[in-house]
Order: sequence, then C-alpha cells, then structure tokens
Amino acid sequence: MPDIGFNTLVVLLGATALGIAAGTVGTFMVLRRRALVSDALSHATLPGLALGFLAGVALGIEGRSLPMLLLGAAVTGVLAVLAIQAIARWTRLPEDAAIGAVLSVFFGVGVVLLSVVQGLPTAGAAGLKTFLFGQTAAMSAAEATALAALAVVAAAAVGVLFKELRLVAFDEGFARVQGWPAGRIDLMLMGLVTLVTVIGLQTVGLVLIIALLITPAAAARFWTERLERMTGIAAGIGGLSGGIGAALSAALPDMPAGAVIVLVATTFFLASLLFGTARGLIALRIRRGRMRHTLLDGVGP
Amino acid sequence: MSAQEFIAIDLPALLAALFACLSCALVGNFLVLRRQSLLGDAVSHAVLPGIVAGFLVAGSRETIPMVVGALGAALVAVLLIELVRRVGKVESGAAMGVVFTGLFALGVLMIEQGAARSVDLDADCVLYGQLEDVIWLGPTRFADLADPAVWLTLPREAMQLIVVFAIGLLLVWAFFKELTIASFDPGLADTVGVSSALVQTALVVLTAVVTVAAFEAVGSILVIAMLICPAATARLLTDRLGTQMRLSLLIGGVTGIGGYALGAMLPVWLGAENAVNAAGSIATLGGVILTLAILFAPRYGALARRRRDADLGMEA
Amino acid sequence: MLQRLRDLDFMPPREAGVSPLVVRDLTVAYHRTPVLRRVNWTAPSSGLIAVCGPNGAGKSTLIKACLGLVRPLAGTVEVFGRPLARQRRLVGYVPQRESVDWEFPVSALDVVAMGRYGLIGWGRRVSKAHRQAAMDALDRVGLADLADRQIGQLSGGQQQRVFLARALAQEAQLYFMDEPLAGVDAATEQAVLDVLRELDAQGRTVICVHHDLQTVADTFDHVLLLNGGVVAEGSPATTLTPDNLRATYGARGQGLMG
Repeated sequence: MPDIGFNTLVVLLGATALGIAAGTVGTFMVLRRRALVSDALSHATLPGLALGFLAGVALGIEGRSLPMLLLGAAVTGVLAVLAIQAIARWTRLPEDAAIGAVLSVFFGVGVVLLSVVQGLPTAGAAGLKTFLFGQTAAMSAAEATALAALAVVAAAAVGVLFKELRLVAFDEGFARVQGWPAGRIDLMLMGLVTLVTVIGLQTVGLVLIIALLITPAAAARFWTERLERMTGIAAGIGGLSGGIGAALSAALPDMPAGAVIVLVATTFFLASLLFGTARGLIALRIRRGRMRHTLLDGVGP
Repeated sequence: MSAQEFIAIDLPALLAALFACLSCALVGNFLVLRRQSLLGDAVSHAVLPGIVAGFLVAGSRETIPMVVGALGAALVAVLLIELVRRVGKVESGAAMGVVFTGLFALGVLMIEQGAARSVDLDADCVLYGQLEDVIWLGPTRFADLADPAVWLTLPREAMQLIVVFAIGLLLVWAFFKELTIASFDPGLADTVGVSSALVQTALVVLTAVVTVAAFEAVGSILVIAMLICPAATARLLTDRLGTQMRLSLLIGGVTGIGGYALGAMLPVWLGAENAVNAAGSIATLGGVILTLAILFAPRYGALARRRRDADLGMEA
Repeated sequence: MLQRLRDLDFMPPREAGVSPLVVRDLTVAYHRTPVLRRVNWTAPSSGLIAVCGPNGAGKSTLIKACLGLVRPLAGTVEVFGRPLARQRRLVGYVPQRESVDWEFPVSALDVVAMGRYGLIGWGRRVSKAHRQAAMDALDRVGLADLADRQIGQLSGGQQQRVFLARALAQEAQLYFMDEPLAGVDAATEQAVLDVLRELDAQGRTVICVHHDLQTVADTFDHVLLLNGGVVAEGSPATTLTPDNLRATYGARGQGLMG
C-alpha cells in the first residue's frame, strides 16, 4: 500500500464529490435529451479559460488565477448554450446541427485564443492546456476542497428542485399549463451543468467531462424504473468512478486521471447494460423466456 | 515573404485546408439534412484509439496503419452506438456520448502509456491538428509549379485530402438520386429499391474516411466545424438540394482559404511575432459566416423572419 | 408568501355571468401559415363542449393557444373573466398521448401526482396528502392497482386514463382535452365518458377536441365547428347541419354523419 499523502486524499475526495454531482445533474440532462448540449458547453469553456487568463494578465494577477479562469469558462459555456437554443428556436436548422456548429466554432475560437495566450511572454500560459484532459496533480488541497464544496452544492440543488426538474423533463407542456416557468427551470438545470463542468475542468478536462455527466446516468437507467432511485444510483456510479479513477491514477504511473475516471465509468456502464436488474440484457432475456414459458404453458392441457 | 517560403509552408497548408473543408462540406450536407450532424463529432473523437493502435503496431507515423486503425475504430464506434441505442434503449445522443467518450479516453490512456515507451503522439494535436507542420520541400519557385510532375511530391496530408475529395465528389455525383431519396424518406427509398440501410452505412463510412483523412492535418474540431457550418449556412440560403451542395462547397472553400489566410498569414504580415492556430481560425470564420446567414439570410434569416411575423400580425 | 398571493388570485367559478373561457380575435401562425384567423368565441358556462373540424383546422392549436402553449400573433384569452396567466390553477389539461417520452422512469402514480405540483410551492416535496389525492384520482379511472407500474409498461388506453387522472388531480374548473377518446379500448372509453359526465355534474367545464362526428351528439351538449376560424357553434342538433358540415369539411362533409 503506497503512502497516500494528504493532498492526494483531498483530490480523491474531490473527484468523488465531482462524480456524485455529475451523476445527479447528468440524470436530468440525459432524460431531457440534452446529453450532447453539455458536450458543446464543455468544449465552449476553452475560449473562456483563455479570456479569463487574459483578463487576469490585464488586471495584473501573476500567473494563473483559478477563480478568474473558471469564471471565464462559465461565461462562454453559458453563451454557447444560449446560442444553441437561439439557433434551434429561430432558424430552420435542427438542434443537432446547432450543437455541432456551436461546439466546434467555440472550440475553434478557444484554440485561436490559446495560441495568442501562448505567444505572450507571461508565465503560466502553458498551464491552460492541462484543462483539455485534466490534471489532478496540478490541484492544491485548498482548490480541491473548494471545488468539492461546490459539487455538494450542485447535488443538493438537484435534491431541492427534484419535483420541478422531473416535471419539466417528463412533460414540459403540462408544466407550462400549471404555470411553472419551464424555460427558467431549464436554465437552472443548465446552470447546474455549467457548475459541474467548470468544477470538473481540472480533474477530468473539458474534452471528457461530458462522459461523467452522461455515462453514470445512462448506466443507472438499467437498474430501475424510478427516477428517485435512478438519480441515487447515477450519483453512486459517478462518485465511485471519480474516486476509483483518481485513486488508480495516483497509484499507478502514466494513468491520466481524466481518461481513467471516464474508463471506470464506461466499465460501470457496460456492466449495467449486461446485468442491470430493470433493463439489462440478461434480465430482459430471462423475463422474455419466462413470458414465453407462461404463454406456452397457458395453452397446454 | 519569399516565393520559396510561400510554396514550402503556406501553399501545402492552404491546399490541405481547402480540400479538408471541401470534403467535409460535401458530406456534411447529408449529415445536416439527416439530422446526423453529431456523427462527425462522435467519429472524430472515437478514432483516437485506432490511430494510436495503428501507430503502436507500425512503430512510426505511417499513413496506412493509422488510417486502417482509425477506420476500424470509427466503424466499431458506429456499431457500438447503434447497439447501445437499440439493445440498451438509450436515447441516441446519450448513446453517442457514452461510446465516443469511452473510446477517446481509451486513446488518451494508450497515448500516455505509450509515452513511457517514447511514443511521439500528442492528444492535443488530435484536437486541433498540425496544419502548420504540413511542409512541401519540392518546388522552390512559382515557375516550378507549371511542371505536373512536381505536384506528385505534394505532402501526404494534402495529397490524401485531394484524393478523398475527388472520390467523395464522384460518389455523391453518381449516387445523388439515391442519397437524396434515402435522406428525405427512407421508407419510400426502400419501397423503390434503394436500400436506406446501405445508404446509411455508406454515409457513415464516407464520414469516417473524410474525418480520418482531414483530422491529421486540421484536427477533429475543425472537421466537426466544416462538416456542419458550410452545409448549415447553405441550408439557410436555399431550398434546393443541388444548389445547397454547390453553395456549401463554395462556402467551405472560401472558409478554408480565408480562415488560413486570417490565422496563419495575416498576423505575420501585420508584424505580429506569432501566427495564431490556423485550424482554429478556419473554424472561427466558418462560425462567423454561419452567424451572418442566421441573421441576414434573405428568407430564413432571423431578421427576415421577424419582419414576416410582424407583417402577419398586422394583416391579422 | 407566494402561495398566499396565489390563493388571493383564486376566483370562485361560476360567478354570475362570467364565462369560463372567452377568446377574442385570436390569430395563430406556424412558420408562415396562419392556422387560426381572428377566432372569437365565448364558451357556454355549462355542458360538455366538443371542438370538431377537419385535419389542420386548428383544433389542437386553439386548445394550445388557450393554454398558453403557443404564442398567438394577436388576440387574447380570458379564463373566468381574467387573463389566463392569473388563472392557471383553474385550468386542467389532457394532452395528446404521443407528446411524452414513454421510456421515462416514472410510475403511473408519479405522473398523476404531477397534477398536484401546481398546488405545491417551489422546492417543496409532495406531501402524503397530495399523494393520497393522486391515488384517489387514479382510483377514479380504475387504475389504482397499477399505481406502481412504469408509465411505458401500461397499455395505450391505460396511459390515456393516467393522463385523465392527472387532470382530475389538478382539481381544475376548466378542462382542455385533446382527443381523449381517439383510438382507445372500450374500458377506457367508458372510464373517460364516466369522468366527463362526473365533471359536468360537478359544474366544471370540459372542452374536448373530438374527431368522430357520429358520436358528438351522444356525449356533448355543445359543439364548435372549426376550420381556421369558427364556422358554427351551438347544440349538436342545430349545429351539425349539412350546410355547416360542408362549410367545415368541404364537399365530403355531407357524408360524415352517415
């Protein structure tokens, strides 16, 4: 057993909290059929990171200032979501085209800004690249603690708004008939997704954070037909993925935390697809066999 | 800047960018029409493990193993997405997300593990390409370009994109009727003897080939941008598919050349020390052109629509 | 506090002379085509009401505009004498069955309980009393024993009844239903008709989009013929005349009454 330092332990707990928040929030993104909107959101944080860095330089902050970077990331992420909604609503282009266009164009702008930042004679610019694929080693204990606290807030917010999120995800028209501001509830959900994405930038990276939002939720669906349980299971799978992935990455050489966390989540997904008790392939096969049995026995003498 | 510099550095990159944009725009028309725009997103991420595998097998950056690996990974990804969607009854967006992130993560892990064995690959360059590294060391003067033989020495990245575009154009031209009917009404296509499943598979393969050919030079993000932006822009400008395809190629070409000029050449002319990333600036220009169309397209633009709604309201 | 204010908004229905629904100059367009043009209609204050018309006549659009689900180009909708936005709690809705995701992880009871959400404030949980009210509504449509079944695992008719139960759980005064009798089995048809009559007997207003002209007179007291605008309205006997049907459905309209 290698000696786990205090820093590693905090990062581990932070990754677990991130996974729990992502699983909880992601459940509603998947059910709302917005899974890939969050992909656009996370890619769109890149220009924000670069702008946050440039703003920091302009304000005379030495090196990289995490709050500044994450604020920039959140701003451009939200802009991207609004752009997708505007395109899907006001033009004849389908939503998937809007998602793809916004994702790639925002990321393109981010790449341009990144190359501008790297041309500057300022220190710390190279650190921006760690946000692409995440790098837990770059995290201080204080940062990890703050991010974990934010993750808990995001998960708790889903708990408080559970009824509203369920209603809008299931039947938006009915929600509006009852006078719920469906648009604003959607925005709150996107706000929570933004929060989770921004928190996850350092751990998992902006290219793969979407996996932590989608995969645990999609896996959880195989185990239950009830939303309450699905949310809980998704939180569990997300938390375990974060924790196990971060631990593996810390314990073994050449294991990038983001990729390992995502692969652990993918493994959970595959296991759920096969063994899930509600909709897993094996359960389905058994149930179908049993039904055939009863039907055939029923017509017998 | 001397002619030699232009021919060695900018010309091959321009050609690579141009034909990457043209190839993507060509295929993109059908993706946008069929609401499969995100196929390019999924495929361009999912090819990573295949590329790394091809690289590890060959031990160097040779085209054939990497392209074979990438194509294999792309097909595996598409099959897995269908499997998860159909068998697991997972909504298609989520199915895509689960599959391509898993494969991409696998690729990243393989790169990191390989890096210990001094594998010279970088996950970053998969995202935004190495257009700046496409160098042509053959001709040195513009006059040399008149010799057809010299064109055969074009760098591999540019060459393979020209070939892919030519093949794609030929296929789309030959099977335009089938592609159109299968995109518009798969059921009808099946009844008149055009297998919509076959068309779908062919389109996936074509997307994968274009993606693989393009992304080494320009990166996966530019591939996604060019699959969608020119076709989407053209879609806002016309109702006829033929016109839309021609427009999208024009827009794709202008975006490729203009974006490269703005990113790689303009800053240097203006006296900046460094150029900015060309793939990024091409994607940005594609976005700017799309935004202009969204706002000002004569019939389907936001302004035209607003005006029309106002007219209707008055009349009513 | 918000709850308190909403309670003050609550107006006792059937106040002398106030119609449950008044539509004025309503014009709705999808894309470039106007679907409804200058519809003016005052719903009668008692009896079951059917909205009939050919495909594309704007029946569902009228209902959606009355519910605030589509934004009209022009015109106003008043519910019990006030703008719709202030009377949400008086309005119930049964949508067309195709409009939701049947794979969604909710049980029949969960769906019916959604009818109570309008009575519960932001961020508050569904209390036991509300769950009981939902259970009672489910019982009224004969599905109490299927309360825990996932919504997609019910038959089409049962799904329709779940939506009806959800509307009942709303305890509204004015109900809009979009083809509640389209393509349902006999048991569901009976359950729907029973509920409609019960609501009518309690003095609530029910407005249904209805497709089958032959059964209009059996069930409904009032019919609105719609084709882009109001063609005719009144009791089925006086409204479903050959002339009116031709004006609504075109030449083939005469044959529709068999």
